Amino acid sequence: MSELRKISRRQFLKQTGQAGGGLVFALTFATACQPQEEAVGPAAKMAASVSPNVYVNIRNDGIVEIICHRSEMGQGIRTSLPQVIADELEADWDKIELIQAVGHEKYASQNTDGSTSIRQQFDLLRNAGATARDMMIAAAAAEWGVPVEECSARNHAVHHEASGRTAGYGDLVDAADGMPQPETAEFKSREDYRYIGKPMDTIDGVAFTTGTAIYGTDIVLPDMLYASIERCPAYGGTVTDYDDTRSREVAGVVDVVRLPDPVMPPVFNHQGGVAVLATNTWAAEQGRAALEIEWDRGPNAVYSSEPYKEQLIASAMSPGNEVLSRGDADAPAETMHEAVYYAPHLSQAPMEPPAATARFNEDGSCEAWACTQNPQSARDTLAAVLGIDKEQITVHVTLLGGGFGRKSKSDFIVEAALLARETGKPVKVTWTREDDLRHGYLHSVSAQYFRAGMDEDGSVTTMLHRTSFPSISSTFAPGATGPASMELGLGAIDAPWNVPNMRLESCDALAHARIGWFRSVCNVWHAFGSCGFVDELAAIRGKDPLENLVEMIGPPRNVDPADDGGEYTNYGQSLEQHPVDTGRLTAVAEKVADMAGWGRDLPDGHGLGIAVHRSFLAYVGAVAEVSVDENGDIAVDEMWLCIDAGLVVNPDRVVSQMEGAAIFGMSLALHGELTATDGAIDQGNFDTYPIVRMNEVPREIHVHIMESDAPPGGVGEPGLPPVAPAIVNAYFAATGTRVRELPLRNAGLT
Amino acid sequence: MAINCELNGEEVSLDADPSMPLAHAIRDIAGLTGTKVACGKALCGACTVHIDGQPVRACVYPVSAVAGRSVTTIEGLSQDGNHPLQVAWRELNVAQCGYCQSGQIMTAAALLTRTPEPSDDDINTAMDGNLCRCGTYTRIRDAIRRAAEGQS
Repeated sequence: MSELRKISRRQFLKQTGQAGGGLVFALTFATACQPQEEAVGPAAKMAASVSPNVYVNIRNDGIVEIICHRSEMGQGIRTSLPQVIADELEADWDKIELIQAVGHEKYASQNTDGSTSIRQQFDLLRNAGATARDMMIAAAAAEWGVPVEECSARNHAVHHEASGRTAGYGDLVDAADGMPQPETAEFKSREDYRYIGKPMDTIDGVAFTTGTAIYGTDIVLPDMLYASIERCPAYGGTVTDYDDTRSREVAGVVDVVRLPDPVMPPVFNHQGGVAVLATNTWAAEQGRAALEIEWDRGPNAVYSSEPYKEQLIASAMSPGNEVLSRGDADAPAETMHEAVYYAPHLSQAPMEPPAATARFNEDGSCEAWACTQNPQSARDTLAAVLGIDKEQITVHVTLLGGGFGRKSKSDFIVEAALLARETGKPVKVTWTREDDLRHGYLHSVSAQYFRAGMDEDGSVTTMLHRTSFPSISSTFAPGATGPASMELGLGAIDAPWNVPNMRLESCDALAHARIGWFRSVCNVWHAFGSCGFVDELAAIRGKDPLENLVEMIGPPRNVDPADDGGEYTNYGQSLEQHPVDTGRLTAVAEKVADMAGWGRDLPDGHGLGIAVHRSFLAYVGAVAEVSVDENGDIAVDEMWLCIDAGLVVNPDRVVSQMEGAAIFGMSLALHGELTATDGAIDQGNFDTYPIVRMNEVPREIHVHIMESDAPPGGVGEPGLPPVAPAIVNAYFAATGTRVRELPLRNAGLT
Repeated sequence: MAINCELNGEEVSLDADPSMPLAHAIRDIAGLTGTKVACGKALCGACTVHIDGQPVRACVYPVSAVAGRSVTTIEGLSQDGNHPLQVAWRELNVAQCGYCQSGQIMTAAALLTRTPEPSDDDINTAMDGNLCRCGTYTRIRDAIRRAAEGQS
């Protein structure tokens, strides 16, 4: 007979609260999976160790600790980052332990955003491993009294061939202690890689499949309060008055706190509102539902999507600010074609809504645990909002249940810290799905105008592209009225089209929502518009869409927007190292078409569509096969993607990112739309903001990675932009009907 | 109020408001955080657990309704983390962010109990209520097929 175990919250905390440091996790879980930069057990830090740099710590028990300073949100960085370091370090994969870094400036940028981890830090990571390796070699050479040149490292040990001596890394810790930390080292040759380029299994696989992975929403601290916050329906609005009488009557509710009003521009700060704090999540949400609040919706109460859409389209139809120009885009032509493309606001909608826990310690320091993409920025923001030195602030990074740009912003962490300070207790803030969709940082709404001129033989001689969207700049600078050049560089300034007369214009658009990053950002609508429009030209020119696409891209060459007056930042990297190479773009187009059996006979009601796009220094081609049933409803039956991201670290994680991009792209092509009425977002959950479900998933998503000697490009984002236009182009191929507005469900097609 | 039930094979008494959804009771009272909440409206399946072997959406299922019944969460699906689905999931590296995967595996486990050799349609139908924003669906299908083949 089993003993009846009574569990109350308090007892649970008591039972589990003994774990070191006062930090209580709900479960005991494998140390390798623990996403905390803390001692993971009594043995972990007892061993003497040596740290050749901030990313590597070699213990005398032979374990190499690798510090992951980037956030894991599904892209696989907690696997690919140690792959790079361990490879150069000649470490044994089975003898490494991964430690998740806290936010700190001693690390290179921790902003896990912009598909930057590998493309911008590959050399930094290689250097971390290679200098650690050289330090161990130097330690062994000194220990043995032999020249460094006669020693080599392999398989977690240093070897001296002449004498046959070998010493494991753990045994060299004492000798290495106090030795100079080399700053640079020679990198391995590509053919010698053991881990880089190999499809290593996900390091968190056991945690992911046993419920032991710890996300932002899973943190539990002793005496913690659970908070749920009612925020103003309109962005920037404030509380006029509130009554919390009924809230306080809800069992479990401990306190009700009005947050400070939001300050404009919002940047990464809190949004104000009223928080209900309770002994569990449910009580907090029940108490919140019982609040009675009067709002001043503020200046953005005027925001309603229907009239705004008309304004935005009108702005795209009118002359804008010239951004790039060559030849005369207004030159007369034999045939003219014009079109307007529109795409709505979207939400990143990670499966884990934002969640953060904060605690103030007796010495006045503040600790936060959060599913953040950017713990350095979170720390800076907390320091500014709380008015304390950032040395007093520690931001621990949990796993992220998806990010997609949403969790780059620390507003939810600020909320937790403000409430922890106010109540004097640790506080966990958990956003609901409705909070996430209604109070997030929105992917911007956009309208684009395209016009092309063709001569007698159908050659495209002129092209005009106008792009109009409220800018992310508005989140940082009040009253920003138009796109920043950084945003225009996301698939507009860097357009590959080989048209002799071309002009890009940006148009003014005021933001009435809090705008933020979303996976691949402006590339989503720029690829949708330009790849859709170019596909339209195929039909007008009487050409096969693939042939037309390749012809529009033109001969292999490097495009430099500066030649035409365009201010282009190339994702923060040099054009010398990462040119806009139309040859690579054409290659992925032709390869993906080949994979899909382009030109094959298709049943009635089926169509193939193709799109290609370069973003984040990688090139992706996508083909979709769609079919349309007797009701006119669209299904995406199969998809093919081909990526050239230069050197890739973990091909399996690259494939998974492409598979994920295909589904993410389907969601926004078929279903995704947020609209506003009187400043409030109309949608609230997955019933009104659907994402693709299993029944809609293609029978196969085929992915090919191009072999490439080029330096690494991005992977997390570049798969997304070509997906929606491939689907729209396939729908045209199937039906002869052109769709220029997303999502397709608004056209009654889903 | 104390609600007595079996949780992952152990008799427990959960001290919770009877209207509290089971998912919150499991997470906040029993302290098992493998069960996730992602919509709170039975729209996404992230909170899926088994009650007497049947998959339910714990985010809308009142804890009072499990009195005297047996609840299994991802933590209790297998003794050693090696349920055929958990193994297949790892072999195929299904998870990306991992957040929805507890619910995916619990729904799939109920499917395989009910239908040890599921057709593709069976898989699509059973899994249609479990959302994955990362888009791991094709690997979820493959992992379920692999686990089913291993079991049969």
